[in-house]
Amino acid sequence: MSEMRASSVTTSGTPQPTSVTGGSDREFNVKERSQLQQALRRFRRHRLAVASLVLLIFIVLLAFVGPLVWKYQYTDITPDNSQPPSLAHPFGTDSLGHDGFAQVLRGLQQSIKVALCIALVATTLGVVWGGISGYYRGLADSVLMRLADLILTIPAIALAAALGSTSGGAWWMIALILGGLSAPLVARAVRGVVLSLREQEFIEAARALGASDSRIILRHLVPNALAVVIVYATLLVAAGILAETALSYVGFGVQAPDTSLGLLITAAQSAVQTRPWLFYFPGLFIILIALTVNFIGDGLRDALDPRQTRQRR
Amino acid sequence: MTAETNIELSRKAGDREAVLEVENLTVEFPTDDGVVQAVRGVSYRLAPGEAMGIVGESGSGKSVTSMAIMGLLPKTARISGSVRFRGEELLGRSENDYSSIRGKKIAMIFQDPLTSLNPVYTVGYQISEAILAHNDVSKKAAMDRAIELLAMVGIPNPSQRVNNYPHEMSGGMRQRVVIAIAMANNPDVIIADEPTTALDVTVQAQVLEALEAARAATGAALVLITHDLGVIAGHADRIGVMYAGRLVEKGTVDEVFYEPRMPYTLGLLGSLPRLDEAGRERLTPIVGAPPSLMNLPPGCPFTPRCPLAQPVCEEREPDLYVTDAPDHLSACHFHERLVGASAAQLFRPTSVDTEDITPRDLEVQP
Amino acid sequence: MTAANVVEAGAGGTAGGPGEPVLAVRDLVKHFPVRSRGLVRRTVGDVHAVCGVSFDLFGNETLGLVGESGCGKTTTGRLLLNLIKATSGEVVYAGRNLVELSPGQMRPLRRDLQLVFQDPFASLDPRMTVNEIVAEPLRIHGLFGSGTQGRDKVRELLKLVGLNPEHGNRYPHEFSGGQRQRIGIARALALRPKVLILDEPVSALDVSIQAGVINLLEDLQSELGLSYLFISHDLSVVRHIADRVAVMYLGRIVEIADKEELFTKAAHPYTQALISAIPLPDPRKERSRKRITLTGDVPSPVNPPSGCRFRTRCPKFANVLSEAERRKCVDEVPALTDRGQGHASACHYAEAIKLV
Repeated sequence: MSEMRASSVTTSGTPQPTSVTGGSDREFNVKERSQLQQALRRFRRHRLAVASLVLLIFIVLLAFVGPLVWKYQYTDITPDNSQPPSLAHPFGTDSLGHDGFAQVLRGLQQSIKVALCIALVATTLGVVWGGISGYYRGLADSVLMRLADLILTIPAIALAAALGSTSGGAWWMIALILGGLSAPLVARAVRGVVLSLREQEFIEAARALGASDSRIILRHLVPNALAVVIVYATLLVAAGILAETALSYVGFGVQAPDTSLGLLITAAQSAVQTRPWLFYFPGLFIILIALTVNFIGDGLRDALDPRQTRQRR
Repeated sequence: MTAETNIELSRKAGDREAVLEVENLTVEFPTDDGVVQAVRGVSYRLAPGEAMGIVGESGSGKSVTSMAIMGLLPKTARISGSVRFRGEELLGRSENDYSSIRGKKIAMIFQDPLTSLNPVYTVGYQISEAILAHNDVSKKAAMDRAIELLAMVGIPNPSQRVNNYPHEMSGGMRQRVVIAIAMANNPDVIIADEPTTALDVTVQAQVLEALEAARAATGAALVLITHDLGVIAGHADRIGVMYAGRLVEKGTVDEVFYEPRMPYTLGLLGSLPRLDEAGRERLTPIVGAPPSLMNLPPGCPFTPRCPLAQPVCEEREPDLYVTDAPDHLSACHFHERLVGASAAQLFRPTSVDTEDITPRDLEVQP
Repeated sequence: MTAANVVEAGAGGTAGGPGEPVLAVRDLVKHFPVRSRGLVRRTVGDVHAVCGVSFDLFGNETLGLVGESGCGKTTTGRLLLNLIKATSGEVVYAGRNLVELSPGQMRPLRRDLQLVFQDPFASLDPRMTVNEIVAEPLRIHGLFGSGTQGRDKVRELLKLVGLNPEHGNRYPHEFSGGQRQRIGIARALALRPKVLILDEPVSALDVSIQAGVINLLEDLQSELGLSYLFISHDLSVVRHIADRVAVMYLGRIVEIADKEELFTKAAHPYTQALISAIPLPDPRKERSRKRITLTGDVPSPVNPPSGCRFRTRCPKFANVLSEAERRKCVDEVPALTDRGQGHASACHYAEAIKLV
């Protein structure tokens, strides 16, 4: 093996420029960005989430602005019945002559309202519920969690069906019931996160610095628990759409003559073979909403987590 | 200890003297972000009965090396090179083939005894299971042997303790059970990966004693992997220092501790606060952090932290050069300049994280 | 800035003269209740975590508090800062007993007493930038100031702990362990404290990184006139950095002495065993060393042994003492006093031995 001879190598005393933290050190003069700006930057890197957001905004606009400009109302009965999609009726018509497009727009509107409301109610209630349970522990925790367990044993759809039918299928009633029944799910998850967070040293560090309870909750607990909450919120939007669909499908949700995506599918089920367009279009929108909301949730979660630095492809 | 001649020269296949031979072992983990080169060409030979210490800081690849030897790496790992046990190649064997050697000929002791013991079986059952897996004896005989082994590793009342579950024992006790399992089949090699890191010092002393007892009883060679230079000093004959996936210095413990020839080793020794030295003389840290093992630049990976670094260090990664003794090897272009150098001459007693790191007192030759 | 020339009381000033302790701890006791499981959780016993610990911490000194896991050293550190309520005892700082103070009364005092944690990964909020982390104490105490004032203070602090202030906009996960620990130190220093409780500040770090943080702590002490309570299980580090050392075993201090005294004339059998168990990074010394090996494990703090708590593992108790002498160990709690070794130890049969 080669024997090294140091004397033959001329050495100079110039100091080596050194970089300490590794490759990323090159860009020393990064602009200072606020946390919001950084989060936005990370979100924009998540292509799928950005595309989903655009698509979802388009769907929502369609649902709420569409009915104002479209030539038919969802209640209108046109002379063309059982038409396949055409220029006059892009989504076709049903056997009574309702315009498919107008009906889907109305259904979309109702379903989105219900789903967002479910997610909003369940997350808000769940965060407070789980937060109190996890942060204060003790008796409050025991009582709140047993209550959560109890509620989770109730079959949500059945109860919503029973209660919903008394209110004549008002969409907000359904949303409130389903939201309330889903809240324990969120509460349990949030409690778990808060329980583990409050044992973290950085919470103790904040306490040692003299931080108040409210500061600890707002500055440390909430931002760190946000990821879990967002995941649940997005799951709930998707689940809300499906729950409303299911409820309407069994006949306890939104009542005719009003309509929703679920109701449209129910009405079209006998016509799958003969008039498939009546079935496909509402179904397509259910899938689109569920998917886009999930992708947006993914993107948000990553955007709010500074540890996510990986470039998305 | 066997007198070993130049490792670089005598690295011939099927060398009968060696019980374990690792040659140019390379382990890569493909990830989404690129390939992590966890181990980059590690070679060493282990003579029968010899104790070899491998020291390195976190992420230096010391644990991955032993996992690769034991065939315990996930399937995604790309392993190349050669690992021979008594001349037989181990790499590329099927899981079945491996298990005939693993646990019988080569035993392994991990850092955390809780994960290597099964919580639902008594320790006696687990030791006898290890015996029965490789021996055709009765259950009764295996259990008797288990009690005997527990006594050997210094567990009091072994005939009662044998019926304990792991959770009924303390950490030190559990680690001794793991050692008992390791020696159950009279292995030729014991690989101990940070066996005492999770333990308190007084318990560490007990466990190290048990490990010595196990070696004495089985005559096994030992590969002792640790970050604690003190443990190595007392329990190894030879030592290999790992940095960034490579062995950067090899030699007897005396050679490496008293006359290190690699700036990294010298820096490590200078960073250590000493129990046996009074006074408040400054420590000399190694400024900076080990490199990421992804996309390593060419050249010596220690260059950015090295006070001796020259342009050549950035261009070419040094081989293991023979230094003053034939089996004292160093991966430094300038190992000769470290003759008689102390850590305080080379490294600065700095407290800052980024600083000029040219040597303090070591004369720079023109 | 060498640590050897320790300047007396810097601009921050210490609480009193050399004879006045900055922090005086007297008979500190902490029992954690052990509760039964279930909806109604009754107390079924007590973990005797800290039992009658007393010591003084003087200005500009480092007191090492060493012991193995479960000996109560970390709990002691938290008790000093009133992060957990003491069962009884006193912690006197600036003439006030901290144990009796409410969180509101405690808040202004937190500026003077700060804590550095062991785990540089868990002790920094992963969702805050380094600037925000270091600024947090300033904001909490209304000292952040307006305009660029606060940001300048943060930059100054980062520079003080040897970090590049340009990196303040990064998140903790982008730093190495040693750098994170420096961030934790910067946060603790932001309020210009007089006392730092360092809870295993270098235990989680690699050796080569650890040395830099130790040097930094030494420099900061001499520059700012800080007092350190250095909690650690690593006697080598303690010997390097401390002026005095207290050894804890199962909730009690068993020996306290000036550093050199303790390491050259250890009087308590536990201290002796602890010192002799530390492996030396010196093969020749290590080969020739005689080792006092302890048998057994630390007893449960729920049910500590009567009399001397160390007697169940004590080599002296087991091998040297007569039956009559042993009775004293079983019946009588040994007081922490000087028994002729020049420093206090809590062993009825203390005897100084040189081990390293």
